[in-house]
Amino acid sequence: MSDFKMPSLGADMDAGTLVEWLKQPGDKLGKGDVIAVVETQKGAIEIEVFHDAVMGVHLVEPGERVTVGTTIARLDDGEIEEPEHEAAAPPSALPATETLAPAAVAHIRKPEEERLKITPAARKRAEEMGIDLQIVSPDAAGVIGLAELEAAAKGQTPILTRTKAGIDPVEMRRAIAAAMARSKREIPHYYVSSDLDVTALMTWLEGENRKRPVAERLLYAVPLIRALCLSLAKTPELNGIHEGDVFRPDEAVHAGIAVSMRGGGLIAPAILNADTLDLDVLRKALADLVQRVRAGRLKSSEMTSATVTISNLGEKTADMLMPVIYPPQVAIIGCGQIRETARFKSGAWQARRVMTVTVAADHRVSDGRIAARFLNDAQRQLDHPEKL
Amino acid sequence: MTAMRTITYREAVREALREAMARDERVFLMGEDVGRYGGAYACSKGLIEEFGEERVRDTPLSEAGFTGAGIGAALGGMRPIVEIMTVNFSLLALDQIVNTAATLRHMSGGQMSVPLVIRMATGAGRQLAAQHSHSLECWFAHVPGLRVVSPATVADARGMLWTALEDPDPVVIFEHAALYNDEGEVSAEGDLARDLDRAAVRRSGEDVSIITYSGSLKKALTAADTLSAEGIDSEVIDLRSIRPLDNETILTSVAKTKRAVIVDEGWRTGGLSAEIAARISELRFYDLDAPVERVCSVEVPIPYPRHLETAATPQPDGIMTAVHRTLRR
Repeated sequence: MSDFKMPSLGADMDAGTLVEWLKQPGDKLGKGDVIAVVETQKGAIEIEVFHDAVMGVHLVEPGERVTVGTTIARLDDGEIEEPEHEAAAPPSALPATETLAPAAVAHIRKPEEERLKITPAARKRAEEMGIDLQIVSPDAAGVIGLAELEAAAKGQTPILTRTKAGIDPVEMRRAIAAAMARSKREIPHYYVSSDLDVTALMTWLEGENRKRPVAERLLYAVPLIRALCLSLAKTPELNGIHEGDVFRPDEAVHAGIAVSMRGGGLIAPAILNADTLDLDVLRKALADLVQRVRAGRLKSSEMTSATVTISNLGEKTADMLMPVIYPPQVAIIGCGQIRETARFKSGAWQARRVMTVTVAADHRVSDGRIAARFLNDAQRQLDHPEKL
Repeated sequence: MTAMRTITYREAVREALREAMARDERVFLMGEDVGRYGGAYACSKGLIEEFGEERVRDTPLSEAGFTGAGIGAALGGMRPIVEIMTVNFSLLALDQIVNTAATLRHMSGGQMSVPLVIRMATGAGRQLAAQHSHSLECWFAHVPGLRVVSPATVADARGMLWTALEDPDPVVIFEHAALYNDEGEVSAEGDLARDLDRAAVRRSGEDVSIITYSGSLKKALTAADTLSAEGIDSEVIDLRSIRPLDNETILTSVAKTKRAVIVDEGWRTGGLSAEIAARISELRFYDLDAPVERVCSVEVPIPYPRHLETAATPQPDGIMTAVHRTLRR
């Protein structure tokens, strides 16, 4: 048996309310299955399980609010018995012997990450305090002890009480306030901007979309995000997690996409491994994400795993934005609307379409030169849309 | 406040022997050179003149023989104190101690008891080379039926013997050879007997528990003093009894400090330090904020040259290094 605990779905989450169980005692669970829906300040989030198991008992009833780290169910993760007649069912690939709860959260963020060295005393104290150890920065040797825990605890936002079910705009605004205030308090931002020429991109896109059925046409956000993710993959200083005094760059680009919600509020769930998705996969991922944001149904992994955020204002908005980093990330890319302008190019004035792209980055981790290099690389990507 | 007086560890042992023989006529001392020579470490100097050859008996060089004789005397109603020159020589008497003294109460269904006290010197530090310098306390601590104590202070050297003589079962007392010249305070009056059961917190602290006994206690205290200048507050525990171990004192301390450094002049492999580390991980695992550290003797026969003997045995520097590791400094 192992404990399944209320995961932390972001640096600013202290507690969540169980909305409903999607798996009942006795149900077989596979890695990645959604087992419950939890209400947070950012709406309903689907909670996934990270190894094969069988649902044991529910310890928390729908409507109950519990702090992060509270055991909400027990899973039977021993030998999963496969009834003989279900010959087609794949054998359980994972023996699933590790304890689920904190490790599961680690897996949410970085499946490839090495096991953290957490001292028993720190693990016990974190449980008592309801702190997610995954947001605690280890020391240089990779150890999380009581000292590291206490340092992290001091930076945590207080537990907010909530009374209403459903997305509460007041609570969401409060959550954004807490995260943004922490960002501006802790992160020394710097900003680097360029007007990127998107003429080639838009010309190519118009041609490409004429060939596609209506349902499969691409919004310019799709190749734009693809181009930015490819450049981000070459710029580790902008892509990763900064906790305590340690920056951990990530090899994968999990791009948080800022999506505004109807009725106000903003949320930036991640498209995992966005740099590896081709345009069509990315198009579907983006459409799915936006739809689920609007429906208030996001997965826990999408809420915690972003390594960088892209905020695209879109059409008929404004020319430029100076975005605020979402901690513990170290960069956010702000894209203004596309506008037509005259540029002096190749000895003549030309009508061009440009977009002001601004990198806000953490000066503890990188310098302006890095952001400039990133923007130049992004321009090269945008100049060759056919290669995206 | 009680008046105190200062005596050496050797004088404390001698006073305790004299007191025991004066208080109880069943008590007698025997061993190699304890009479006319006054004891290899001069602990019984003058006692043969005071109590006579009947009660301070020089024996042949046969540890098995005179330890066995001591067991027989104890079974016959006496309260013998057998002195074995050093723990290295006690191996010759192991059969008597382990197979006879420790077992008779159990094998006789409680009909027989062996109220025997065996004293022996242990430990390095006097350049007596490998055959006179080892710390084999843990061999005896392994055996049910024995009680094993290890006075690390003058007051304990003075007070443990009488309590040991009152025990109906065999008690082994280890006197560290490097402590005999050390001075310490004992009460000038009143009953000086000390319990054999509890470990003692010799220095109270918050950051790390240094658990030790016998000759390593003063090294641990030296290390703790130096560490306190760096702002590290060490608690130092003197085990006093090594069988049984006082779990409560050890574990209460570790639960408080969350870090343990065990200092044991015995070897690391299969040693007393291993037993203590195992108990901590069995019973206080969830309180630990660092792996348990051990400072033990290097796994060689204790060398004769001074610098090598020092290098082979736990020293304050090594204890401090271990403390720093537990604090990740």
